[in-house]
Amino acid sequence: MSTDTSFVTRSREENWQPILELAIEEVFEIMVGTRVKPVSSAEQAPNREFTAMVGLAGSLCGILTICCSRKTAQALTQAMLGVAAQSEQEVRDALGEICNMVTGNFKNKLAGTDDRCMLSVPTVVSGGEYSVHSMLDGVSITTFVIFEGGPVSVTLQVSN
Amino acid sequence: MDKIRALIVDDSSVMRKIVERSLRQAGIDLDKVFEASNGAEALASLRENAVDLILCDINMPVMDGLEFVRQAATLESAKGIPIVMITTEGSENHVVQALTAGARGYIRKPFTPDQVKEHVLPVLGKKP
Repeated sequence: MSTDTSFVTRSREENWQPILELAIEEVFEIMVGTRVKPVSSAEQAPNREFTAMVGLAGSLCGILTICCSRKTAQALTQAMLGVAAQSEQEVRDALGEICNMVTGNFKNKLAGTDDRCMLSVPTVVSGGEYSVHSMLDGVSITTFVIFEGGPVSVTLQVSN
Repeated sequence: MDKIRALIVDDSSVMRKIVERSLRQAGIDLDKVFEASNGAEALASLRENAVDLILCDINMPVMDGLEFVRQAATLESAKGIPIVMITTEGSENHVVQALTAGARGYIRKPFTPDQVKEHVLPVLGKKP
């Protein structure tokens, strides 16, 4: 590995995209009960009716966001619980927990990072007309999965 | 197996339901399940309710899981109750901190029902 330890460099040298994809695959298979195949581009961008965010701070600084439509978020919740969501709060909770597990699973797969990196509790934004802008100046990796016909985007933005 | 009274501590209500389901899938006969969304609520619950098992997340608002384990160790009503952490924090450092504080088991999210069985039954004195 290079002596340049910037995360932009590390992300390129270590190729974090497949690590992120594996983290997503494991969470979906184990907790959602569905095998998904992440792809680097989607024919259709997800409707951003729900966005879950988990921050990373410490040796790795950044944010991981998961976006999907209301319908897809409801389907994810139902798949996790085995029954339909009883409230929108439950849908937000489920998406936030998926985001939390993907972020933690990704972090745990990065050598030398996990001990000195903390996760925030999840935040979930719901609505229609909004955009999420990170102030981070660094690297951004986005991958997509299709869940029950609906696209779900997963974006990792890491500060340099 | 005797009926078990469990306290599940997680800021996610969805995750609390999944943990309860996983305990039942592990063959644990649950008599009563108490829930708390952070460590402070869990300590309050322990002062009111007798339980046989505690499952606890780490990253939670108000009071995190590690602080809860440390404070529970000083609580008379919590003495001897096995605590198993269930968390996304997978580092060895977190495992050591939790076990040093008094936790008896550690499960990383995402987890399968089999992993719950493997880690929870031994702390209840049962074979997985």
